[in-house]
Amino acid sequence: MESLSNKKKLVESKPLNLLERAYLPAIAKGLGITIKHFFKKPVTIAYPEEKREYSENFRGMHSLKRDENGKERCTACGLCALSCPAEAITMIAAERQKGEEHLYREEKYAAVYEINMLRCIFCGLCEEACPKEAIYLDGSHVPSDYLRKDFIYGKDKLVEAPLNQ
Amino acid sequence: MGTAEIIIKIVLVVIIFAISLVIAMYSTYAERKIAAFLQDRVGPNRAGPWGILQPLADGGKMFLKEEIIPTNASPFLFIAGPSLAIMTACIGSAVIPWGQTITIGSYTFDLQVTDINVGILYIFGVVSLGVYGIMIGGWASNNKYSLLGAIRAASQNISYEIAMGLSIIALLMITGTLSLKEIAAQQHGWHWNVLYQPVGFLLFLICAFAETNRSPFDLPECETELVGGYHTEYSSMKLGFYLFAEYINMFISSAVMATLYWGGYNYPGMDWVLAHTGPTIGPLIGTIVLFGKVFLFIFFFMWVRWTIPRFRYDQLMDLGWKVLIPLAIANIIVTGIVMQFTK
Repeated sequence: MESLSNKKKLVESKPLNLLERAYLPAIAKGLGITIKHFFKKPVTIAYPEEKREYSENFRGMHSLKRDENGKERCTACGLCALSCPAEAITMIAAERQKGEEHLYREEKYAAVYEINMLRCIFCGLCEEACPKEAIYLDGSHVPSDYLRKDFIYGKDKLVEAPLNQ
Repeated sequence: MGTAEIIIKIVLVVIIFAISLVIAMYSTYAERKIAAFLQDRVGPNRAGPWGILQPLADGGKMFLKEEIIPTNASPFLFIAGPSLAIMTACIGSAVIPWGQTITIGSYTFDLQVTDINVGILYIFGVVSLGVYGIMIGGWASNNKYSLLGAIRAASQNISYEIAMGLSIIALLMITGTLSLKEIAAQQHGWHWNVLYQPVGFLLFLICAFAETNRSPFDLPECETELVGGYHTEYSSMKLGFYLFAEYINMFISSAVMATLYWGGYNYPGMDWVLAHTGPTIGPLIGTIVLFGKVFLFIFFFMWVRWTIPRFRYDQLMDLGWKVLIPLAIANIIVTGIVMQFTK
């Protein structure tokens, strides 16, 4: 039958001629190919010393951002947790007390904020859902660990380092 | 033979033994590095600068591994196998002329352990003994994969030894001697045998690949079919000896090829160099040239290994019996005719 895609190719298997059966020309050609690779630069990246650059739109570990005054942006609205298709995010909200204005930008903040890095699929929907521009997936990849419980990252690992004044 | 001569010979034996072990050791490193370069990789580079200490780390690992002798194996033969393999690999170097007659102080001696007048036959004998190490080890393991690997090794060696012997005969017709020292001396300057015996050299090279069980003839240790082949059941340094023996064999056969066909320690302009550097340094330069040739051959062995796939078993037998042996006989006849007309 006529092929619709027109990509069909007939495979031919003719018996080898004398030159092909002598192996040697083919071996010489193969040796030529391999010696060309001998002088090529290796493609290896020696990992711990050298690191591959992440692409610009790489989505890695989350970080909870601070504003220009060093206050936490997150207001614990829960939209990130709601938008998360993997249900990796959970939080406990708390009210800002007097004297804590330099710590939290909004009147409500996340007392506990946890992301389970084993559940997270790094889709970036939390980033899109956030109305306060508080969460970004701008870190590197999640490092390995021994226990599952150690992959549940709390605020100690997620919140950006405070500004140095 | 005086005391001084005996001491010189013993020193020579020790030096050659040490050199062949070191070269075998660094062949494992070179193999991995060359394989890596041919595949656009880096290769071992953690132990020491550029991974130069890797063979030591490998050796240490081999020594520290658990020594296992299978329950149903024959213990004596199981240990005799690798011992025989490495012993026969080491004694082949005794007749190879590593250089010209050298003068150090008041002593003048040959850079060759012994010059027996049947040098080539001795090498053939040693090489064919080498297969017993593999045979005994494979049989004593009491494992069908090992046995199959050993049988393959034996039949392959028998098939290719005939072609190898026949390819040498044409060379012997030209040189008229079996002594490696005289063969090397005859190739003074540019008169390398490969120029007169190119087909013979090609046949010898192919057979050398088969005799050393190197790819594309490494069927005895074909991983995909036979697990590890004859060394499936081996562990620890006994396995190390088998692998080591392969590299020593490679070194020795490279040296034999360089001596028989590529002029040994001879190089163009050697008389001029010899006249200008004196009887001590001059022959040593020849030795360095010989080692250069040997290293090129070892590199070629590895280059081929990482280029072409393994032969199928029937192809191997076809090549040996139906191609190489007739070609070798034709080579003898043509050589004879040419010699008759150019006499």
